[in-house]
Amino acid sequence: MNSLEIGDDCLVLSQRLAEWVTRAPTLEEDVALANLSLDLLGQARSLLSRVGDEDELAYLRGPEEFRNCLLVEQPNGDFAHTVVRHLLYASFLFEVYGAHPEDGVAAKGVKEIAYHRDYAALWTRRLGLGTDESHRRMTAALDALWPFTGELFAQDAQDARDTQDTRDAQEAHDARDAQEAQDARDAQEAQDARDAQDAQDAQDAGLRESWVEYVGAVLGEAGLVVPEGVEQRYGGRKGVHTEHLGVLLDEMQALHREHQGATW
Amino acid sequence: MVTLAQARAVVSAVPDPELPVLTLGDLGIVREVRQGADGGFEVVVTPTYSGCPAMDAIREDIGRALPGAVVTTVLSPAWSTDWITDEGREKLREHGISPPGHLRDRGPVALELSARCPRCGSPETRLVSRYGSTACKALYTCRVCLEPFDHFKEI
Repeated sequence: MNSLEIGDDCLVLSQRLAEWVTRAPTLEEDVALANLSLDLLGQARSLLSRVGDEDELAYLRGPEEFRNCLLVEQPNGDFAHTVVRHLLYASFLFEVYGAHPEDGVAAKGVKEIAYHRDYAALWTRRLGLGTDESHRRMTAALDALWPFTGELFAQDAQDARDTQDTRDAQEAHDARDAQEAQDARDAQEAQDARDAQDAQDAQDAGLRESWVEYVGAVLGEAGLVVPEGVEQRYGGRKGVHTEHLGVLLDEMQALHREHQGATW
Repeated sequence: MVTLAQARAVVSAVPDPELPVLTLGDLGIVREVRQGADGGFEVVVTPTYSGCPAMDAIREDIGRALPGAVVTTVLSPAWSTDWITDEGREKLREHGISPPGHLRDRGPVALELSARCPRCGSPETRLVSRYGSTACKALYTCRVCLEPFDHFKEI
């Protein structure tokens, strides 16, 4: 589990959900969305504290330094967009945390995220099977957000492969200058790294399979259709974001940047 | 001179800032109280939820109850509602909050447990919202006495 990537996911989604406070459709949902936001903020703090100073990471980085996936930075839209975004992301995070029971944050987070996933699934069913209007809005939200789901799984594996290719090339270059014994050792290291990569790919594939199964089942029960053949958008894990992240960060960071260390 | 046993008792009796009807001991969030070679105390606590806003207040309250104590937070193993004592559950019920069911025989996550009305005792209740006044509670309504109530969610 990458603490920076998942930590940034949690922080950005937490901020998005907090934007609903005082504006949700009903008081109960207002309270629920605030609680979802709070859980994610707590997880973000624990994860980002592993990477560095949590306040500096949250308040003093620009958009290009954030490593969150594009899905979580997408605007709240109507309530249907928020529900679909949460279904797609919470069910992904549930798989990630579930795959790392040895990690304290993940082991705690998975219990919280189970409720998030359940909350989103419940609303997906209710709105998908509700009125023509709610069904239409859910379909629109699904179409708008599906292009950001490929990044959840594929990008990790792709990044790792890019790194591995660079390392392989470097090792090949080094090996030319080195003795045979060194060649053998490099080859072994490269092989070990490839084995580790294969294991990582296999795990990503496993997570994706579980995710597809869960999301597909919920959408099916809700009378919604899983979009197919949609072109996917990538970039968040490399710091290339949609225009929405900058606006979100402006609001989140304004006070701290104006008055560093402000507390109340 | 405060003994280790006294320190444990003092920390355990600190009321929870959000649910003052419960003590930290009732909630089961105090993992350990240790005494160092210099005689100073270390209190190890675990949060109920990752984002629990009461943790800062809990740290301060422990510091007030046991001056000079160092409070350390650990996440693993993750806190479970199963760690709430039987006495704690009874206090919740008396306070109008439906206590959590036991998870230990149900696998990692149980979401479909029904909540019994803490006022009239009826099992005929309806879930209004998965999230209540705090992250750890859900909102229910009793179909029999019609009262709304909080249920402490199982995690």
